[in-house]
Amino acid sequence: MSASDDFQKFQGTPGYIASGPLVDAVNCAIALERPLLIKGEPGTGKTLLARHVAAGLSMPMESWHVKSTSKAADGLYVYDTVQRLNDARFGDGDVSDIRRYIRLGPLGRVFAAEQRHVLLIDEVDKADLEFPNDLLLELDEMRFTIPETGDEVRARQRPVVLITSNNEKELPDAFLRRCVFHFIEFPDRELMKRIVDVHHPNLEEQLLDQVLIKFYWLREQSELRKKPSTSELVDWISALLRSGISREQLDAHIPFVGALLKTEQDSEALDTYRERGGKLPTRWSDLGPRYNQ
Amino acid sequence: MFLDLFFGLREAGVPVGLQEWQGLMTALEKSLHGQSLTRFYYLARACLVKSEAWFDAYDRVFAKVFHGVEGALDVTEELLEWLRDPKNRAELTPEQREMLERLSRDELMRRFLETLEKQDGRHDGGGRWIGTGGHSPYGHGGEHPTGIRVGGQGRNRSAMKVWEQRRFRDYRTDATLDLRQWKVALRRLRHLTRDGAATELDLDETIDETCRNAGEIELVFRPPRRNNVRLLLLMDVGGTMDPYFEPMSRLVTALREEHGLRELRAYYFHNCIYDRVYRSAYLLRDESLPTAELLRTLDERWKVMIVGDAAMHPAELLEPNGNIDPREETPTPGIQWLTRIQGHFERVVWLNPDQPSSWSSTHTTRVVEKLFPMFHLSVDGLSEAVAALVGARKAA
Repeated sequence: MSASDDFQKFQGTPGYIASGPLVDAVNCAIALERPLLIKGEPGTGKTLLARHVAAGLSMPMESWHVKSTSKAADGLYVYDTVQRLNDARFGDGDVSDIRRYIRLGPLGRVFAAEQRHVLLIDEVDKADLEFPNDLLLELDEMRFTIPETGDEVRARQRPVVLITSNNEKELPDAFLRRCVFHFIEFPDRELMKRIVDVHHPNLEEQLLDQVLIKFYWLREQSELRKKPSTSELVDWISALLRSGISREQLDAHIPFVGALLKTEQDSEALDTYRERGGKLPTRWSDLGPRYNQ
Repeated sequence: MFLDLFFGLREAGVPVGLQEWQGLMTALEKSLHGQSLTRFYYLARACLVKSEAWFDAYDRVFAKVFHGVEGALDVTEELLEWLRDPKNRAELTPEQREMLERLSRDELMRRFLETLEKQDGRHDGGGRWIGTGGHSPYGHGGEHPTGIRVGGQGRNRSAMKVWEQRRFRDYRTDATLDLRQWKVALRRLRHLTRDGAATELDLDETIDETCRNAGEIELVFRPPRRNNVRLLLLMDVGGTMDPYFEPMSRLVTALREEHGLRELRAYYFHNCIYDRVYRSAYLLRDESLPTAELLRTLDERWKVMIVGDAAMHPAELLEPNGNIDPREETPTPGIQWLTRIQGHFERVVWLNPDQPSSWSSTHTTRVVEKLFPMFHLSVDGLSEAVAALVGARKAA
């Protein structure tokens, strides 16, 4: 590795507001050629980041959405034995050529590609506990062998690997050691304004303030089982704008609360609070000192 | 100085290895930190720390290495514990406000440290000690005009203050946390077996059978692997358990939403288990079940989780007719029922919401602790309890 900083740098894109530390973490991962592990509350834009890193670096992107049934080998290649059995039985096609029944998975396709890719391994924690360990060698050396054919698939260009996790399972230490880690914090007031501005430009400042006050206030309520997230805020604002609600109407109510609260208990908790005469905040000073810097 | 950071992190228990350290060195060679201490802070964190649970420890070590002041001011967990609930939010009159001297910052800090040294327990209200509410200059939820805030949220966001703010304290895993993390802790409550309907294609068997069948395809199915854990949850309600409503309800919700469990049964009791357990927290006799029937109908493979503070009058645990509820006749002492439960089931754990440091100061807690492995009702404690439930067999 050279000591210069001549690698391709990610600077953020107009469609995605990334904090300075996040941009640094992405660049660090690119420079060290290590996977970047992204954690954070649901709805803070972990998956979206990959798409924008790809756009920012003008690289094509491949994503691998991990499911609870995913196996590490699926990402490399799948050997369709049942198809081959079937073809052998009915004499369709050339069954002697195993390669016809080998299909590369997302990881395999990225390795085999001519161009450098961004690879997103989404929600790595959804799979079995051993899943990340099974990918260690492949991610380290960026190559693997297909035992059925003896072919080696080797990356021509080391892809930029982004991995997201929702913390459903602890990831193994050996896997963590190889990653650069970034935790996306929940955006603060200023950052949130910039994020909202990307989705809803030219929103009236006072209306935005009211919306954010209500939103952060809801998040502060410890009774809630599921805190509303950034993406839900953006949806909520869309709903508000479409119904043409005015700032005054927002003072005393939280209209379309279903866009923010997704469980029955949470909506009930809010109703109970209102029935007992609980007040909704209308100024930043009604919230804690954290919001009044 | 950099090495101090490395060894400081290791000392604080953060798992950092040479591989991470070399990564950081390479990143520095490429001058990714842009000659800024704040960016170095984030860069080093991205390279060295791999879980937000360690961010708080990282902040402390970083502050110690690069600032040299935070260590002296380390806010201990005990202190935070006292501060958690403002119990006494007395409004101050303007006169009282006047009376409180406006202290200078250094003076305030000196007194704060002095007070911290003298103080030996939780304190709410009042005018002198560190605690919640009241009009002492120290603590939170207080009314002193120039007071020091302990715990709660920091305000200062200038570059140097980022790590001193310790915003990640909430991510420490020893605190009682969010529902999702409870569920993560419960995920390990698994014992996978194959039984039930055969719905999964068994490829190896299919190939074998097809060969035996002279190439005629013979599909073989097998039952998918699934969790075989049945859990009996027994919960203490009312009285001393009331303050723990929140962690209790999180545990119950997390368990109910953990669909992986084969079967879950939950019953309630008050203080100690006697002849009956109850289906609802109202402890109605109509909705009760003899404890003996539980022992008869559930086999020893059921895992048992008892949640309670185990703090009661010794007679409630050890004497006949010890039940605090006069409507119930309980000739058998509670301890005997607990012993029967312990003897009947292979795995029983006790989750105690009280701080572990206080367990030894209650007589009945010590007795119960001898009978059952006891864990703290927190995410970490729950993980350990789950490990005890599914891990190696208990000693005979």
